[in-house]
Amino acid sequence: MDIVVCVKPVPDPKQWSKLALDPVTKILRREGIDTILNPLDRNALEAALVIRQKVGGKVRVVSMAPPFTQEIVRETLALGADEAVLLSDRAFAGGDSWATVLVLAAGIRRWGRPDLVLCGAESADGSTGQVGPQLAHLLGLTHLTYVCGFEDASPERLVVRWQVEDGYARVEVRLPAVLTVTKEASKPRTMTIMGVVQARNKPLTVLSAADLGIDPATCGLKGSPTQMGDMWMPESGRRQEILRGEAAEVVMELLTKLRELAALPCH
Amino acid sequence: MEFGFSPEQELIRKMAREFAEEIIVPRSAEFERTRVPPVDIFHAMGEHGLLGITVPVEYGGTGLGHLARMLAIEEISRYSPAMGFMLQVFALGAAPLLDFGSPELKQKYLPALASGEYFATVTVTEATGGSNPFGLTTVAEKDGDNYILTGRKVFITGSSLCRLHTISAITGQDDRGRKIVTAFLVDSEMPGFKSGREEHKSGLWGTQLGEVVLENCVVPAANILGRPGDGIKVAMKAISETGRPGIAATGLGVIARALQESVKFASERVVGGCPIGDYQGIQFKIADMSVALDAARYLCYRGAWMKDQGLRCDVEMSKAKLFATEAAMVAARHCGEIHGGYGWLEEYVAQQLYRDAAILIPSAGTSEMMRVVAGRAALSGK
Repeated sequence: MDIVVCVKPVPDPKQWSKLALDPVTKILRREGIDTILNPLDRNALEAALVIRQKVGGKVRVVSMAPPFTQEIVRETLALGADEAVLLSDRAFAGGDSWATVLVLAAGIRRWGRPDLVLCGAESADGSTGQVGPQLAHLLGLTHLTYVCGFEDASPERLVVRWQVEDGYARVEVRLPAVLTVTKEASKPRTMTIMGVVQARNKPLTVLSAADLGIDPATCGLKGSPTQMGDMWMPESGRRQEILRGEAAEVVMELLTKLRELAALPCH
Repeated sequence: MEFGFSPEQELIRKMAREFAEEIIVPRSAEFERTRVPPVDIFHAMGEHGLLGITVPVEYGGTGLGHLARMLAIEEISRYSPAMGFMLQVFALGAAPLLDFGSPELKQKYLPALASGEYFATVTVTEATGGSNPFGLTTVAEKDGDNYILTGRKVFITGSSLCRLHTISAITGQDDRGRKIVTAFLVDSEMPGFKSGREEHKSGLWGTQLGEVVLENCVVPAANILGRPGDGIKVAMKAISETGRPGIAATGLGVIARALQESVKFASERVVGGCPIGDYQGIQFKIADMSVALDAARYLCYRGAWMKDQGLRCDVEMSKAKLFATEAAMVAARHCGEIHGGYGWLEEYVAQQLYRDAAILIPSAGTSEMMRVVAGRAALSGK
């Protein structure tokens, strides 16, 4: 089975307290913050490796990210992927999910039609959850989002758990398909020294817009249907107010205020 | 001059960090409380390839070398000096076999050491020896194809956990009446091998330290490491070129963690309207830790690089061990002081770092012995 896993390098969520927003450029300042593989993408990769173990085939990884993330992408090879491609070009910068998917789809098509594409359900930084479904649309494949478990796999079909409110539904998915996975879908393995050594001889290719035959005007910020209007850090704080007077009056006043704040029902 | 690491070495550091976060940290509160060595973690080290870093590929390892080993120990020690210490001991235990073992012994035992099926240690120290390797009293008498070993070894890390022990014993005297010392690879399954009393240390909880008792222990002559009479050379090469850098790397982890915790606390703890990190007194301590970490790293990495190049590095490793462990002790004390009273509460790691760092100083040779090595080398123009 030909499996493709889409991964995204993201700022380490454990260090988000260090993230700052440049008030003028509206660009996130990432200095001093480690970049890691998006946590849910590791769940997707783990699922792919388990399926490969069961039915055979290849696991390929594709990522659209700046060149400095090459070593992050290499981790996927150390974890067991067979091949990785990093799609990296200044023209790709600032793309929304649609512009990103255009590039990812071009990267995936180089390998022909995959049997299965796996993505994390959402990224830790953008959290749109749109890449999987949009990718399925562009590749002309069916899709299922929020897969929270894998029960069976064969070259033609998968039996998965699809997360629904208050539980899951067991779904049979005919391949080819695009699935996005939640953290419950798998328990990602940890790297091993043997994996690190094996990664040495696995292909990791960096491709530009020209390599992919993509018109720079269609991708990145220029090719994004959604444009950011503004961005700001929300302010939060505590407000104090002391109510004085007779106990009964104070209680009624408190109830009124709480209702005004929609903290209590109006009736 | 290159100061950076290769992408592969960076990945090894990351792999070790991941191992620590996923496998050690969830268990550390338990072994720090019970002081029981988490043997399953030691086996997991093998399964993840951490015990085979210095073992050649043909014997089931990855042969990545001593700099890679140092990075792994440093990173794991940042989370748990005790686990970093055990990781270094197991590679120390494999070193005499790697350097002096016969092809048959290597084939028989190295794959099991690389995979974590067996653990190994160096069982040399005696109550009458310590820093004087000739102070030993354990004897080995030839008996046909075997040697019969009798004696008692002390301060052995992994004494009751390790299957393989490199044991030095007196096998005779030379013309001038000096002891002839021979090294044997002893399997704990051999008749007459016993684990003696267990020691209880003030730190590095989760490690295991104790005695080994040899009561007419029968060891095949084929298990001699090197040649008869090479015992001191076998032990000293392992201790000076693998043991000391391992302890030094554990020290690097302690310094790095002490710095990390100090920066965190100094940024969060507000006194007099500002974080205590705004005060120069605190900044000076943090600066000293930061400089010590850089200096210790350069000494340690240079020594490990020399070892990987096949260069003699006993003096460099002694300097690295001296500096890194002394700096670890100071950094741990500074860390505790920056935390004020909190530093000595069990829920803060500062007190643990202090207890752990103290044990690194006498391990594999005291600071005084490291100074003797460095001093003699300097006086002889090396």
